[in-house]
Amino acid sequence: MELKDKILSSYVAFENEMDMNSDIHEIRTKAFENFEKLGFPTKKLEAWKYTSLNPILKNDFCILPNKEVSVDLAEVRKYFISDIDSYKVIFIDGKYSSFLSETTHDTIDVCLMSAALTKPKYKVVIENYFNKIAKQDNLTSLNTAFAKEGAYIYIPKNVEVQKPIQIINLTTGAEIATMMQPRNLIVVEENAHVQIIERHQSLNSNAVLSNVVTEVFVGRNATVDYYKIQNDNLNASLVDNTYIEQKTNSEVSVHTFSFGGNITRNNLNFYQRGEHINSILKGITIIEEKQHVDHHTLVHHIEPNCESHQDYKGIYDERSTGVFNGKVIVEKEAQKTNAYQQNNNVLVSDKATVNAKPQLEIFADDVKCSHGCTIGQLDDDALFYMQQRGIPKKEGKALLMYAFANTVLDSVKIPEVKKRITKLIAQKLKVNIGFDL
Amino acid sequence: MILKINNLHSEVAGKSILKGLNIEVKAGEVHAIMGPNGAGKSTLANIIAGREDYEVTQGTIELNGEDISELAPEERAHAGVFLSFQYPVEIPGVSVTNFIKTAINENRKARGLEDMPAKDMLQKIREKSELLEIDRKFLSRSLNEGFSGGEKKRNEIFQMAMLEPKLAILDETDSGLDIDALRIVANGVNKLKSKDNAVIVITHYQRLLDYIVPDFVHVLYDGKIVKSGDASLALELEAKGYDWIKQELVS
Repeated sequence: MELKDKILSSYVAFENEMDMNSDIHEIRTKAFENFEKLGFPTKKLEAWKYTSLNPILKNDFCILPNKEVSVDLAEVRKYFISDIDSYKVIFIDGKYSSFLSETTHDTIDVCLMSAALTKPKYKVVIENYFNKIAKQDNLTSLNTAFAKEGAYIYIPKNVEVQKPIQIINLTTGAEIATMMQPRNLIVVEENAHVQIIERHQSLNSNAVLSNVVTEVFVGRNATVDYYKIQNDNLNASLVDNTYIEQKTNSEVSVHTFSFGGNITRNNLNFYQRGEHINSILKGITIIEEKQHVDHHTLVHHIEPNCESHQDYKGIYDERSTGVFNGKVIVEKEAQKTNAYQQNNNVLVSDKATVNAKPQLEIFADDVKCSHGCTIGQLDDDALFYMQQRGIPKKEGKALLMYAFANTVLDSVKIPEVKKRITKLIAQKLKVNIGFDL
Repeated sequence: MILKINNLHSEVAGKSILKGLNIEVKAGEVHAIMGPNGAGKSTLANIIAGREDYEVTQGTIELNGEDISELAPEERAHAGVFLSFQYPVEIPGVSVTNFIKTAINENRKARGLEDMPAKDMLQKIREKSELLEIDRKFLSRSLNEGFSGGEKKRNEIFQMAMLEPKLAILDETDSGLDIDALRIVANGVNKLKSKDNAVIVITHYQRLLDYIVPDFVHVLYDGKIVKSGDASLALELEAKGYDWIKQELVS
């Protein structure tokens, strides 16, 4: 059976377990019809020109995994940022793990989407926010159709959350191939502040396709720092669809660290609904073998006096491939917009490829928009200089690559995350960098 | 004998640059190599340091009696070769301090030593930066990024002071320096001189040699050392230019 047919028949079984009378049912049904019509994206779609899901869609995915598998804390602890106090919402094969998690309802809600979608006390928030900014495209629709579980985070007005929140999705590989549809909703009200760390991790080499949708609503004067750590194994693929709506004076930064996986596609979308908004999008990609990472960003400047800053760096070795497609739309009303986009890539191997495409659609006339893109090799002069000082070529290369990626780490606000990423980079570059740059 | 180069021939991109160069440098000596543009001065510096784009087609380079011509640049550095670059490279994202720490510890690793204790490292950095009159703030800046010409050259000699090489080659270290920076750099080099190491100064002009007084002066012309003498030869070159040497060669 084709994967799409399998999904269609699974949907019937899925819906049978759900409350047919809820508004959510209607949203799911519409989304399902949409996916039924659109199917999986193909290379014929402009947005998927350089990323083909075909090779992974051949897997016989289990659509509704329901085996209960327990994991050892000792075994998975390394995937958490464990040296800080944090809230944790942890899922194993899509099921909430109360044992590993640390949730709260004290002032803020850090809990489960399944609860938020069904319990009356969350009804208003769900009505106001659920599926309101998520696009109606193929994969987001697929996720919405199966939307059931994920993290639900609600930060009321004026609350500064002191501890970061970690959202971690573990897949055990209990099935030969597993498809996951995690669905997160994050609502940060006026003047509130929160830091979020998200990770998807497969625990063995069975195939995984995670199709995640995260909606983030950020109120006036609120700040959100979001860190996505992508360092999965070679059979785990990820499509991350993140939609962020910001109100006046808010600031949101999203750092995406893509260090591994089979196919990783990041669809990161910002909608600025207010003035004096700042959106920061940063990324470091370091991959090798036949890994593929695709960053598709969108910043939609709708109102005047807002800023956006994009800085993506990539280091590609062996036969790895990368895509950066950065779209910036500046509406006619969005005067005095300051939009900056930078994308720099280093190809370590002759066989690695990068496709970079800045896409600026500017309808206002008084704006500052800049973009820059480079694709190059490591600087031989710099390498010789280091060697002349006694630093071997391999270490010199690593140091150069590390320094190259460094500017992206400057803006990481959680020291433990910065330390972890530094370590991951050193690991990726197979070198022991004995200091912080 | 620190350095012994015998009948060195080299090519860059198929073009013959050095054509049978000989030089011997003993411990405790300062040698100046002068010559017109295109004579092969920088090529010589790069070849001794082991730059891969320069091909040695004939001849030998010995450091302390060992042939180093097959060694990688870092191995030559470990053996005690230091090149002060004519155009030091900018490396954004790596601070001067972290760079020199890494370099020192890589050199120690090559000799089977542990990393230098942090306390000793700091002490040494303080001492050597004072010698070169380098501001503390300067040390936390990215290596050579946005440095003035003078700062770049001072930073080169600072690294030399930290690494304590057996053989230091100063490639046009005086270019781009004002008189104060020149004095500081020369003073640094003079303080680092000892009976166990040697310095080769490559320069166009006599100016630097007022401060770093050479024991020997060589004229490099068309890929060969065509004339050698003491410090007075530099003064003669300054006064008369290189044409008389060319004429001497023709006749």
